[in-house]
Amino acid sequence: MNKWMKAGALAAGVLASSMAMAGDKIRIATEGAWAPFNFVNEQGQLAGFDVDIANALCAKMKADCEVVAQDWDGMIPALKVRKFDAIVASMSITEERLKQVDFTNHYYSGGLRFLGAKDKTLDITKAGLKGKVIGAQRSTVGGQYLEDNLADVVTVKLYDNQEAVYLDLIAGRLDGAISDELPTYDWLKSEAGQNFEYKGEAFAKNDKIGIAIRKNDELKQKLNNALQAIREDGTYEQINAKYFPFSIY
Amino acid sequence: MDWSVIAEYYPRLLEGAWVTLQLVVLSGVIGVVLAVPMALARISEKKRFNLIPQAYIFFFRGTPLLIQIFLIYYGLSQFEIVRESFLWQFLKEPYWCAIITLGLHTTAYIAEILRGAIQAIPKGEVEACRVMGMSKFTMYRRILLPRAFGIMLPAYGNEVILMLKGSALASTITLLDLTGMARTIIARTYTPEEIYIAAGVMYLLISWLFMLFFKVLDNLFNKHRLV
Repeated sequence: MNKWMKAGALAAGVLASSMAMAGDKIRIATEGAWAPFNFVNEQGQLAGFDVDIANALCAKMKADCEVVAQDWDGMIPALKVRKFDAIVASMSITEERLKQVDFTNHYYSGGLRFLGAKDKTLDITKAGLKGKVIGAQRSTVGGQYLEDNLADVVTVKLYDNQEAVYLDLIAGRLDGAISDELPTYDWLKSEAGQNFEYKGEAFAKNDKIGIAIRKNDELKQKLNNALQAIREDGTYEQINAKYFPFSIY
Repeated sequence: MDWSVIAEYYPRLLEGAWVTLQLVVLSGVIGVVLAVPMALARISEKKRFNLIPQAYIFFFRGTPLLIQIFLIYYGLSQFEIVRESFLWQFLKEPYWCAIITLGLHTTAYIAEILRGAIQAIPKGEVEACRVMGMSKFTMYRRILLPRAFGIMLPAYGNEVILMLKGSALASTITLLDLTGMARTIIARTYTPEEIYIAAGVMYLLISWLFMLFFKVLDNLFNKHRLV
């Protein structure tokens, strides 16, 4: 066999085995930039509440799963073209997303809240926000809220990920930011976020977070069953307690 | 495919295209202005003048544009001294950060293109200047730089098109250029194919305009060319 044939055979082998893998495994996507729900830990692995939940669900379903990282704003298109089978990435169940994909029952609930510097006041009424620069992550419930409700009075800045929002808050380019309340809870306690605080109370609190799957995928029923099972046997509470001292369901 | 989203959103894409056009033109102007002294210093016979352009070109050609944008936008803003200086009124804005980075980036390339063009001027023409008794300054101003400009035009046109595409990276620092606008629309409509196709067509149109512009310039500057 000459070397080209060998190389070809090798490539075919690799291709075949990777295709076989893709067939058996459930591939779950998360973002990896939304601590403490999903982030890359010091060992370089994906970790966090979402990842723990995904693993617990897989254990219940006795399925072989692989959690992969995917940039936030390409997530739904990638799910639709079968780059992976489910999104466990703190994704809110919204009308607009339901047109594209399906969701399981919710696995936690959230709300939005304003953030700002401790040494500056931020009046979060529409009149008070006039002329301010407010940031949020692109393609999130917070970003959409900003565009829909405040775009006429504030300058909207949309970021690729939440960490970039934090960086610009620190740099002082933003007067404030809108974000999901729970992930920022962690950041405000960290050293980077020590000069910042919530401004005003949480709003849009009917935000339910679910697992996105393709429409008409039988995976939905399996995931819902597994979700109910981990709620009942206490696994969910254990994971919850690891990250938050209060129930987020 | 749902083509109605293009009909609905093309005004916003045009807004983005306008920003993209500004980025390319303004950074291109900065690039040409800075590249002339840079290229001259680069070929100076006094070796100590060579060092700065060499280091500059080494850095800006050797690192990804994306990293340069991040360094200027997120990196500089970490320093209090920058935030309190008068520069902050520019560096605060993603728009200026993008123009500055693209300008500095393209300067490195244009300087190299210009250097090559100056060195490609036939020996006889340089000798003719000297025989005429021109001072070095006059020789560069009247003969060498205009000649070099003609020689470098095709390569320079290429660089401008590359910058047009490079400018898409400005969308990573919240700027709503054509790419940024497309991504923001997609975040709402979840129709990446349709919107990216529309944005791609707009990029093609813009680069076609630039190509035409350079063709006109080329005919103007190189009308005496034989082949």
